[in-house]
Amino acid sequence: MSAEEAAGAAAPGAAPGGAPVFDVDALLADRDTRIIVCCGSGGVGKTTTAAALGVRAAEHGRGAVVITVDPARRLAQSMGLTHLDNTPRPVPLPEADGAAPPGTLHAMMLDMKRTFDEIVEAHADPERARQILANPFYQSLSSSFSGTQEYMAMEKLGQLRQSGDWDLIIVDTPPSRSALDFLDAPKRLGRFLDSRLIRVLGAPPATGAFKLLGAGVSMVTGIIAKVVGAQVLSDVQRFVGAFDAVFGGFQERAERTYRLLQARGTGFVVVAAPEGDALREAAYFIERLRRDRMPLAGVMLNRVHRAGVPGLAGDAALAAAAELAATGEHPLAGAALRLHAERARVAARERLLMDRLAAAHPEVPAVEVWARPEDVHDLAGLAEIGRALAGGAER
Amino acid sequence: MRLHVVTGKGGTGKTTAAAALAVALAAGGRRVLLVEVEGRQGIAQLFGIPPLPYAERPVADAPGGGRVFALAADAEAALLEYLEMFYGMRRAGQVLTKFGAVDFATTIAPGMRDVLLTGKATEAVRRREGAARRGGREPADRPYAYDSVVMDAPPTGRVAQFLNVNAEVAGLARVGPIRNHADKVMAVIRSPQTQVHFVTVLEEMPAQETLDGIAEVRAAGLNVGSILVNMVRPPLLEAPVLAEAAAGGLDLDALVRGLKAAGLADPEATARGLAEEVRDHAVRVAVEQRIRARLDEVDLPRLELPLLPDGVRAADVGALGARLAEQGVGR
Repeated sequence: MSAEEAAGAAAPGAAPGGAPVFDVDALLADRDTRIIVCCGSGGVGKTTTAAALGVRAAEHGRGAVVITVDPARRLAQSMGLTHLDNTPRPVPLPEADGAAPPGTLHAMMLDMKRTFDEIVEAHADPERARQILANPFYQSLSSSFSGTQEYMAMEKLGQLRQSGDWDLIIVDTPPSRSALDFLDAPKRLGRFLDSRLIRVLGAPPATGAFKLLGAGVSMVTGIIAKVVGAQVLSDVQRFVGAFDAVFGGFQERAERTYRLLQARGTGFVVVAAPEGDALREAAYFIERLRRDRMPLAGVMLNRVHRAGVPGLAGDAALAAAAELAATGEHPLAGAALRLHAERARVAARERLLMDRLAAAHPEVPAVEVWARPEDVHDLAGLAEIGRALAGGAER
Repeated sequence: MRLHVVTGKGGTGKTTAAAALAVALAAGGRRVLLVEVEGRQGIAQLFGIPPLPYAERPVADAPGGGRVFALAADAEAALLEYLEMFYGMRRAGQVLTKFGAVDFATTIAPGMRDVLLTGKATEAVRRREGAARRGGREPADRPYAYDSVVMDAPPTGRVAQFLNVNAEVAGLARVGPIRNHADKVMAVIRSPQTQVHFVTVLEEMPAQETLDGIAEVRAAGLNVGSILVNMVRPPLLEAPVLAEAAAGGLDLDALVRGLKAAGLADPEATARGLAEEVRDHAVRVAVEQRIRARLDEVDLPRLELPLLPDGVRAADVGALGARLAEQGVGR
């Protein structure tokens, strides 16, 4: 770390402890960066971060698109998104320093069912596609399979990347039930579609597969029919029969997307808030990304509180407040000092938690963004966060 | 009220609130089961104990001899248990596992997972002491095994879908045993003995999600219990000071005089920093007031839990439960 960066340790854009600083501007300005994936546990400001990165990227002259999954309504509205339509829409960017930003920003909300339908249509002949799309089992699978949203977010990413229309794609990952589900989802769906059970269910009763597996199979189908009902079983069998032809295509696409995530030009941004749970999840993400050999660009610590008077310790402030209270004078100063002590306490606790993460992962670059008293729900606010991320905030 | 479903946006402290609620409900010698359904082991983390198995274990005591038990519900285990209970098929479960059917049913088959998880919680609600577990009729004259069941449910955005299991399986199974099971689960969830509670913090997005979630849950025909506002900060400044600060009119000179009187170094710069803090705080308080007013618009009982600045530890859960009891929970 340079002396300059070290000196800026208490300013926005600084990293905790001795961790290297995550240079967000350098990541966005690098023309070789083509994909940024934002991940993190629920409630840490992932979608806001993805949008802010998009605005900042446009200020760097990039042609960026942000894929969001289920954004908060006001944030979506601020980007001009009103409904799920799977089509990137241009976002009217605010002026920066009195001039329009040199780049562009588009944003889209993921429609997972439509994305799934599109893959089926791309890989099956029209008649078979019609059969699959009409199948009740397919309809449930494509709209509520746990993991479909994750899978389709990755699929959409692959599609946009392949179209070649986008200079930089930023993906906001779904708030997964378990961390990094989106890495597993394509494989899980693949494993399911390729499973022995599905093969067996899909095979007409008279074929070799059935005879070969013998009594075990009829027992399984018997139990399934008994538990879920014969109608569900026959829907599944029809679905598998029709889907078999497009299955190879699915596998291939999932693998391609997975490789794309590992490739040079992709950067994962782990978003966290300085709280115990969120940081535990962040640590898990970091380790999981390393295990899967996914390129981690850095950690973004969102909503960090800090005291307005860094040099005044909480204890000293409380002591001074007590002294004033004893005299019965200067109530305003007393109240302000007590407030400061409280803030210093919160800041110290957050610092401790963040330092712990930095100590466990000293090589991972990190950047902090200060907590704001109000939520961000307009483009100007997003641009401000983008600048804060890049270390250019005014204070 | 026997089944309490607790939901909330990520980061609002849903698990902590659910545990505190369980403790409050157990006060006075009652037995309460706390169930988690997302496989996160959040309860174990909160209480600082090893990961919970698929078994009901005591995790906390409540005043007056009450006890809280916890269960990490798992869809796969619930399916095997279900097969055994209703069909006496232990061996079948093993065969199904071998063929990947259990993986199929719990991970893939849409809605199945949720039916199994809600099914486990409603089974605990209906269970009577000494009941023959194996699908036998429950003796209606026996007391319930648990006075209440508290479910740490999926986040607000997903909870209506999660609870509305009938709708989830309707597209899949119009008739058949799973459908019957779902109907039975739904009967408990829709009944007046079940309530859905929403945990929020005083921030815009969680509050908005709470309001949206309440509307969704009501539209699904379920009962909403209360809004539980978590991590409430104590008021640190008096209203007139806040109003002044928010308007940008804080008396900086008075502040400097006070700091000088307290003998603090560099009173001018310190005063500017403190004034900034006070202004931030005032803006924050104004935002919180606006959010409270919005939450007032839905006419629901409101419970509050304080922010614990050093995070929540196992030892704090009892105190949080007591705070809820003071507000009438369990009476």
